[in-house]
Amino acid sequence: MNRPFRIGAGAGYSGDRIDPARDLAERGQLDALVFECLAERTIALAQMRRQQDPAAGFDPLLRERLRAVLPACTRQAVTVITNMGAANPPAAGRAALEVARELGLPRLRVAVVTGDDVLAWLAAHEVPLLDGGATTASLAGRIVSANAYLGADALLPALRGQPDLVITGRVADPALFLAPLMHRFGWAPDDWVRLGRGIAVGHLLECAAQVSGGYIAEPGRLDVPALEDVGFPLAEVGADGDAVITKLAGTGGRVDRLTCTAQLLYEIEDPARYLQPDVTADFSRVQLREAGSDRVAVSGAAGRERPALLKVSVGVREGFIGEGQISYAGPGAKARGELALRVLEHRLRVAGLDRLEHRAELIGVNAMHGAAAGAWRGPPADTLETIAAAAAGDGRWQRILAEPDEVRVRLAVRCATRAEAERIGQEVESLYLNGPAAGGGVTQGVREVLAVASCLVPRDAVQPAVEWLEWVR
Amino acid sequence: MSGGPSSTSAGVPRRLADIAIARSGDKGNRATLSVIALEAADYPLLERWLTVERVAAVYRGVVQGAVTRYPLPHLAAVHFVMDAALAGGVTRSLALDAHGKTLSSAVLALPLPDAGPPGA
Repeated sequence: MNRPFRIGAGAGYSGDRIDPARDLAERGQLDALVFECLAERTIALAQMRRQQDPAAGFDPLLRERLRAVLPACTRQAVTVITNMGAANPPAAGRAALEVARELGLPRLRVAVVTGDDVLAWLAAHEVPLLDGGATTASLAGRIVSANAYLGADALLPALRGQPDLVITGRVADPALFLAPLMHRFGWAPDDWVRLGRGIAVGHLLECAAQVSGGYIAEPGRLDVPALEDVGFPLAEVGADGDAVITKLAGTGGRVDRLTCTAQLLYEIEDPARYLQPDVTADFSRVQLREAGSDRVAVSGAAGRERPALLKVSVGVREGFIGEGQISYAGPGAKARGELALRVLEHRLRVAGLDRLEHRAELIGVNAMHGAAAGAWRGPPADTLETIAAAAAGDGRWQRILAEPDEVRVRLAVRCATRAEAERIGQEVESLYLNGPAAGGGVTQGVREVLAVASCLVPRDAVQPAVEWLEWVR
Repeated sequence: MSGGPSSTSAGVPRRLADIAIARSGDKGNRATLSVIALEAADYPLLERWLTVERVAAVYRGVVQGAVTRYPLPHLAAVHFVMDAALAGGVTRSLALDAHGKTLSSAVLALPLPDAGPPGA
């Protein structure tokens, strides 16, 4: 049992790339491959799809992902763990069996973990919301979904049953990684220090390429080799929970102190108190030591007793956002964009929509004139003269230099109804015939706002359960 | 605190971007901001100089709430949590960048202080 446990990250969000996951499955010599695909709001959107179609409500890319990795994973006995079940883990499990049949796999044993859905519990109980002073009662009639963040403890019964694939709904992201470590090394549920170390590994891996060279490149200042081919990360974890973060040879990206530090701290609040269902993890004394090319040794994470309550994300309907955009380019673009904004403010007043929360702003660099952007400033020699004149304090040239080559007007308004929201884009579009000179490229849209509120529930509000599904050829 | 912006030999002011990277993220209506020293040797300057007040000033008008700072010498990083920073949070915000992911680039424009004697 002294061999390190090799665990990889196959996705960091629901739309993530699939080819790096296939590469990890095939070449990673992994024990487990984890796909983390549920952002805060994803499950509420999935719940709405499930209301339309009882067989839907799980990750739309589930079949494609499983087709890419199951052949290698089942051949090499790599346990696949994912929260792609979203709002409908049992239907996701059935879809996985269909994929196994299509692929002609000899066998696929699937554990479906449920119990995160606390909609019924919340309908019968009132608890305070985490942001602001209101309670869940204030959301009555608008709630779409309510899912508790389950911990690794909910996955352990599934892992004990020797699954090829574990499918869950809402589980704390790092717990998807902690669970197989607890299972493999037999860590006790109150071994807070090792659990804290497992959470550090999970948090480092849960955003996939964000620890292996994604989202950090700045040309000339922090270059990332072959970013276009960035590899997904894996960890080699020892029995005490210390680990090495690395990636496959031959992939792009980099794993070093900087990439690991940026991911370790990503989206956490107090680094000494990272609240998880299984443990209060402490990253404040973590040490990241570069241990070879694209290898970082992680040590020093700790943990204390787990929080008493579980966090719940509640999906809430909150009206609509209507948006429209239009661009202006060339000399005077900014002035015309500003005039467009004044026209739009007036039109909102006329429509009685001006008291709604809105944003009216200007964006843009070179989307309009492409390679010719800024050519109106004159050829390069003239530009040098312009700069010299500006440096000499010629106010007119300073103003020209300070002007952008284009601006894009953007108006976004929070509306109560879809009809109101549609009006916003129509108002922007009407600038074609009614607004300042030479506006172009109007886009407009309406989206329903599915907001997420958070609250805490007692642990007995959730009843995790495992359902087994099996395909045998 | 030290005086005006320091300069390289070429006369270009040194900015935070010369010694650190930054990454921001969202947690409800809070933004997180990690500033990480490119070289661990520069961490003491970060810890001494990158105060709550300086960071709050960068985001004045955007961040409506308190800024909390967590110095992390083991990681050569200073971590900030900024309350009421995301116009209601990613799921509600009208902003183009509802996550506030681009916020991290603003702090990197801060001019660094003159390199005075240690502890200056």
